Amino acid sequence: MAHSYTPGLTVTERTTVRRKRILPLPGTVLVKVGEAIHADTTVARAELPGKVVPLNLANQLGIAPDEINDYLVKKEKESVQKDEVLAENKPFISWFKTEIRSPVGGTVESISTITGQVLLREPPRVLELRGYIDGTIAEVHPEQGVTVETTCSLVQGIFGIGGETDGELVVGVTAPDQPLLPERLIPSMKGKIVIGGSFLPAAAMTRAKEIGVIGLVVGGIHDKDLRALLGYDLGVAITGTEQVGFTLILTEGFGTIPMAPKTFALLSAHAGQKASISGATQIRAGVIRPEIIIPQTSPSSGARVSLVEREGIQLGDPVRIIRDPLFGKIGAVSGLPSELRMIPTESEVRVLEVRFPDGTSTVVPRANIEVIEGA
Amino acid sequence: MTAPHSSDKAAIERPLNVIVATDCGSTTTKAILIEKVGTEYRQTYRGEAPTTVEAPFEDVTRGVLNAIAEIEELSGRRILDGDRIITPNQAAQGHPDTGVDIYVSTSSAGGGLQMMVTGVVQNMTGESAQRAALGAGAIVIDVLASNDGRLPYEKIERIRTMRPDMILMSGGTDGGAVTHVVEMAEYIAAAEPRPRFGSTFRLPLVYAGNQDAQPQIKTILGDKTALELADNIRPVLERENLAPARNKIHDLFLEHVMQQAPGYKKLIEMADAPIMPTPAAVGVIMETIAKREGIDLIGVDIGGATTDVFSVFNGIFNRTVSANLGMSYSISNVLAEAGLDNIMRWVPFTIDEQSLRNRIKNKMVRPTTIPQTLDELQIEHAIAREALRLALIHHKSLATGLKGVQQERTISDVFEQRTSGKTLIDLLKLDLIVGSGGILSHAPRRIQSLLMMVDAYEPLGVTTLSVDSIFMMPHLGVLSTVNEQAATDVFVRDCMVYLGTCIAPIGQGKDGERCADYDLAFPDGRIEKGTLAFGDLKLFALTREQQATVTMQPAKQVNLGNGPGQSFTTTVRGGVVGLMLDGRGRPLQLPSDQAARVAALRRWYQAVGLYPTANSEL
Repeated sequence: MAHSYTPGLTVTERTTVRRKRILPLPGTVLVKVGEAIHADTTVARAELPGKVVPLNLANQLGIAPDEINDYLVKKEKESVQKDEVLAENKPFISWFKTEIRSPVGGTVESISTITGQVLLREPPRVLELRGYIDGTIAEVHPEQGVTVETTCSLVQGIFGIGGETDGELVVGVTAPDQPLLPERLIPSMKGKIVIGGSFLPAAAMTRAKEIGVIGLVVGGIHDKDLRALLGYDLGVAITGTEQVGFTLILTEGFGTIPMAPKTFALLSAHAGQKASISGATQIRAGVIRPEIIIPQTSPSSGARVSLVEREGIQLGDPVRIIRDPLFGKIGAVSGLPSELRMIPTESEVRVLEVRFPDGTSTVVPRANIEVIEGA
Repeated sequence: MTAPHSSDKAAIERPLNVIVATDCGSTTTKAILIEKVGTEYRQTYRGEAPTTVEAPFEDVTRGVLNAIAEIEELSGRRILDGDRIITPNQAAQGHPDTGVDIYVSTSSAGGGLQMMVTGVVQNMTGESAQRAALGAGAIVIDVLASNDGRLPYEKIERIRTMRPDMILMSGGTDGGAVTHVVEMAEYIAAAEPRPRFGSTFRLPLVYAGNQDAQPQIKTILGDKTALELADNIRPVLERENLAPARNKIHDLFLEHVMQQAPGYKKLIEMADAPIMPTPAAVGVIMETIAKREGIDLIGVDIGGATTDVFSVFNGIFNRTVSANLGMSYSISNVLAEAGLDNIMRWVPFTIDEQSLRNRIKNKMVRPTTIPQTLDELQIEHAIAREALRLALIHHKSLATGLKGVQQERTISDVFEQRTSGKTLIDLLKLDLIVGSGGILSHAPRRIQSLLMMVDAYEPLGVTTLSVDSIFMMPHLGVLSTVNEQAATDVFVRDCMVYLGTCIAPIGQGKDGERCADYDLAFPDGRIEKGTLAFGDLKLFALTREQQATVTMQPAKQVNLGNGPGQSFTTTVRGGVVGLMLDGRGRPLQLPSDQAARVAALRRWYQAVGLYPTANSEL
């Protein structure tokens, strides 16, 4: 079973992460390899082409498309101000003069004598790419971006919404099985990332928005509350661009599910420290999971810790059950029978035995567990 | 058949006695081993592993190696040497249990091929372009047309934001006006479209419109895209010519798109034949079945991210890929599109909305899990029915005759309202439904697959149903391009499982009212006579090898194909499930009252032994 593989989420006190920061189109990289950066440092910049506004001049002037060059005041690639004359006819009587003015400022992108169309392009918009995490530049990808590296504590969530942000971690509950109720959210949490426990009710989401909390990390929420928050029913888990006032990360799933004690303990231990979080989730090609990255500032943090590639599931591995009827329960692998077992649905599947902290155990399909990775 | 076009792989000259094939799905990677036993090929072992496009293994070949490693474990054959597949088979060197002769693969793991298509008139060249793209196994994310009602700047914005893998441009008949198609090219050029993968390579674009516009298209788009020219897909109004554009799409997909997805470059190098997109490979099989049997069929492959529907009616092949109708990544979208009530109508118990919504979302975020309890299985089967139903609706809307074509009418047509572009899908003419995909192939009882398809498609009259035994049609589709005999042998012996025949009278009546009298003459001389009442579901044992004569006398408002109230006699074959008489009426209507609906479902499920508890609780 050299290649055996079970999906897992990483929760680790110390690791080295590298994050590629790539512009959506070629631009300029502003930093050098080895340079130390902060999460809000601009590492690269690009100009997003402006909006295109098509104008059918031939129609507006009542002429054939191949005649439009005779009427144009502005030429291709020339700049134009809003309301400036783009084209005009030259009648014998000036009262009948028709002037076509530019509806936008920008440049004349193209002139077509086939369609009689002129395309105007608005000025480009500057896009600045931030570093996202405190760290050092490990690699520069010319014209595209950089790779930032940092030694940190890392928690991967299962699902999130909202974009990248950074701020101080605060803990809003005293235990991982406590829900993060609205009254737990206080004004001093403004601009901070609040760690909750098992559940985030809709009222707490509203309260978080009022206060100005920038991030929430909790075990679970109800799908109906997510729908209310977004204003639509999320069909496919591709997120990261939502603008609901904060970034939300679920560590366990949907429903009321206590946060894994290991996750809660790790996040609690770093209360008061700065973290970078991203809610972006994409459960398709090139899967992206939401994450909480807490850069380490201790003197030893310069030493690189490499991620050890896990060689399949093993006895003693900490696991989370990720399907009903025991969804959210956490235990350790206590048996790995190789033969197929029939489950109540009558399917014959590979299973494993999980022992819980209270000493009880159960047998579940291997597909229905997730390894909690990270030493 | 849609064979892959460009191939830099050398033709395989050696005998192919041991074959390994994989399908990299969006959720799982499935591997099968095929071995020559005597003179014929048989599928012997299978392995499965999660598809590894997720960190830390952002490399699809890891999932492939994992799935093959499972075959190694089960078969005792050594196939892998580290990360390399041992080829050829080492029997000649005295190691009969080492190596394989060929490795082939299909893939939809990169989220499939996402395309945007453009035409001039939306329901003419726009639809032809859509059919060409769908036929090549693509997911069409938008159809832009000169008359689509969107303002020019909206079209440009749309092109900029969608980030397709490829664009197909069509429009205009050869020799016709070039203005509109050039206008669309100007919009595309202005949008400066960026591909989904890779920020530096140019977006592949196939131009298959009016050939007279090719010089202008080259001028406008030649520098901004990886432009390929193909023959016009609608050279004249009355004819479609989709093959050249489809072939170009295939080529560009292999050359550009696949290589950008995580690990595909390695996968392409590992495989001994070009990688085929999964829907294209399944399409090959479906077309082959229809051609070989001379029948009209509907095929479906319900996957994790998409549901692909195939049909062959009157020899015309159509394929649609319904993006975001699947059983794992996009399961939540099935809920969003079908609505909770439509899903709940198939669930034989009550469950609160919040709990169901949370369960569905949890499956979405952890797509590789499997139902462990019976109620979870029943919920997934309910969702599958809706995904299948919605995908067929989508398919019907695209599998149509050509629109905008003037039809010849005779005096006998004077009083008939007939429009062009009518759907080709005729459920009364339908001979066979072929199901494939995890939820259908791996249903614990075969009757579950049969009833899911019957409930979703509501076949009319007499229809045979079959299922892909362990989900290997994609593998056989790609294999057929290198070894027809191996693909055919395995298909006939190990892949296609005939479930049986469903006879469904058309009409509606009150529960318990007479629908039809039946007289079934079985080959062993047994005769079954009785009355099928509305609301009845009856199942009779009948194998694929056996043939029964069915005579039915429907009630006067009920039709079995010969007209309302007309007697009907036919011979049918069975399958592993048998012969099912479906008296639930067509269109199928479930009671609106919840208690009555649950009671009806339990009665039906018990009548056919759908679930383990069918004989006790249900």
